[in-house]
Amino acid sequence: MTLPAASAEPEVGRHDVPWRRLDPRMLVVGPAGMLLRLLPFLVIVLVTGQGDTPRLLITAGIAVLVVIGGAIRWRTTKYRITPERVELHSGLVRKQRRSVPRDRIRTVDLTSTLLHRAFRLSVVTVHAADSASAGEKHGLGLDAVSAGEAERLRHELLERSPAAPVADAPTEKSESLATMNWAWLRFAPLTFSSLAGVGAVVAAGFNLLSELRVDPRKVPGVDDAAERLAAGPLWIAVGVVGVLLLVLAVVGSTALFTERWWGYRLTRESDGTLRVHRGLLTRRSLSVSEHRLRGVAVTEPLLLRAGRGAQTRALSTGLGKDAQGGVLQPPAPRAEAHRVAAAALQEAASPTLTPLLRHPRVALRRRMTRALGPAAVLVLAAWVVAETTGPARLGPLSLLLLPAAALLGRDRFRGLGHALTPRYLVSRLGGLNRRTVALRREGVIGWTVRQSPFQRRAGVVTLEAVTAAGEGGYRILDVTGADAVALAEAVTPEVCAFGARTR
Amino acid sequence: MHTAESAGPNVLPLRPPAHQVDPRAVTWWRLRGLAVALVVALPQLVVALVLGGPAWLVGTMAATVVAGLAYAAVVPGVLFRIHRWEVTGEAVYTLSGWIVREWRIAPISRVQTVDTEHGPLQQLLGLASVTVTTASARGPVTIRGLAAGDAAELARQLTETTQATAGDAT
Repeated sequence: MTLPAASAEPEVGRHDVPWRRLDPRMLVVGPAGMLLRLLPFLVIVLVTGQGDTPRLLITAGIAVLVVIGGAIRWRTTKYRITPERVELHSGLVRKQRRSVPRDRIRTVDLTSTLLHRAFRLSVVTVHAADSASAGEKHGLGLDAVSAGEAERLRHELLERSPAAPVADAPTEKSESLATMNWAWLRFAPLTFSSLAGVGAVVAAGFNLLSELRVDPRKVPGVDDAAERLAAGPLWIAVGVVGVLLLVLAVVGSTALFTERWWGYRLTRESDGTLRVHRGLLTRRSLSVSEHRLRGVAVTEPLLLRAGRGAQTRALSTGLGKDAQGGVLQPPAPRAEAHRVAAAALQEAASPTLTPLLRHPRVALRRRMTRALGPAAVLVLAAWVVAETTGPARLGPLSLLLLPAAALLGRDRFRGLGHALTPRYLVSRLGGLNRRTVALRREGVIGWTVRQSPFQRRAGVVTLEAVTAAGEGGYRILDVTGADAVALAEAVTPEVCAFGARTR
Repeated sequence: MHTAESAGPNVLPLRPPAHQVDPRAVTWWRLRGLAVALVVALPQLVVALVLGGPAWLVGTMAATVVAGLAYAAVVPGVLFRIHRWEVTGEAVYTLSGWIVREWRIAPISRVQTVDTEHGPLQQLLGLASVTVTTASARGPVTIRGLAAGDAAELARQLTETTQATAGDAT
């Protein structure tokens, strides 16, 4: 099998590149993974049936179907990398043809679950920039190829990004930018996604119990404990349940953090990519093409911020749509987050640390209104419920929402800020989920200015820098119209033609 | 010249785009408003009269019709006064919105595709919309309510300009 050399001239219309298949080991791994996923279901079928023939047959039948399905999938899936594009054909009945132009590839993600690792296989996922033409998807996945092949594909797909000059010293070894520090484990319970993950684990546990027709109340001791709790005063019950949940959250989030960030390493590869290695059971490696990097975002969710932690993610096309999109590091001390941001951008000091300009005073009033308004509605609703049906304490208790909302509003205002450095547009917003974005000036591909009637009265606007990277646009809330236009003109001089300076 | 802090309210130091949309767009917006009102009012009428629903449905239906008529009478004129567009050799610039104003600017060098589209109502009135797409999902700039001929000419001209401009627009 021949590979188009990385330096091959892009000959239009050359299609004699041979098709390649996924690794034959997928004949085993594919069905095995599927059966593992079906395992709880199969166990239930077998356990509840206590070994009667129909249920055994059903199980065997499913297993056979899965194996056949795996074989068909392997037989019908083929891919190739031509000088211009990556193509993937799959499916027997519902044929799928996916094609991604190579010059649009921004990131390559290698993932190996435990099962894949046992067979030395890797799933290659290619993310591409949005493409306007139909039939071209934003990316494609190869599940799976051998680990060596995956590594070669990663190199091949990211190196040949035509718009960028290849790094001067291609022989240079990869440079380590950051490694794991297990003291950061203290941030694990402070990340909300971990808490949500714990919730999912608990829900799944309950689901399994009910599927297995085990009534949690029948488990020895549980019923007894529940009775004692119910007999005691309410606050003890609430306290006990609260502490239990807290312990569960801490343990669960620590486990999740460990699974996710074991063996974390951030490196700069010789082929001009940033690469994040991580994962205990499922190994992942995300590679971001550096010349396509449009900036970084430092996120500080409220809890993490309270613990003086932060997390840096890369802004590149195809990243940032999901929660883990483009993360360059685990939750870490704030200084470390900014250091990684600087290292990723190859700057001496991180632009995310630039002193930001405060927004006008009316922005504080607007943040307060936006925080207190919904809170007031909730309080009103609580009083109504308390008066009509619910516990009488609900009304007074809900009043606590108001100071909390006021604090949040003030916090949101304090977070607001923006600055323009020679290379970056820096902006910060948010309270519950604060984030500081440093967007490369050349990454700005348009502007949107919005003004609601309230903003019109207050004399401010919301400026959104439109970009291909990350979330597609980053807002700067409540700046004066003059500041908004000045920023836009400074970053993209095209805007000057529309300025009303001559007034 | 005032400083930024003390500048009068609602001052955005951008001049409005040069061109207004086609006057027929007023009819388009009016018909569209009426169509929406009809879609909302008709089921209420059917339920109230044919199926014998509660009496207050007649009231809400009347309110829907009044709101629809009021919208059709007032808003399209306002929209026409607000909606403006401009295309220079360097950028596409639009102003739109009724309650929330929205200014959009896309440098020509970042434009990826130019599309014209005509909905059924627009076709009836000889109107078209031109959508200029950039590499960002949040970035498309749409000029609605142009005369069909003007839209086609604009799209042709824009395509020519963007092709002449180098860069891969991301």
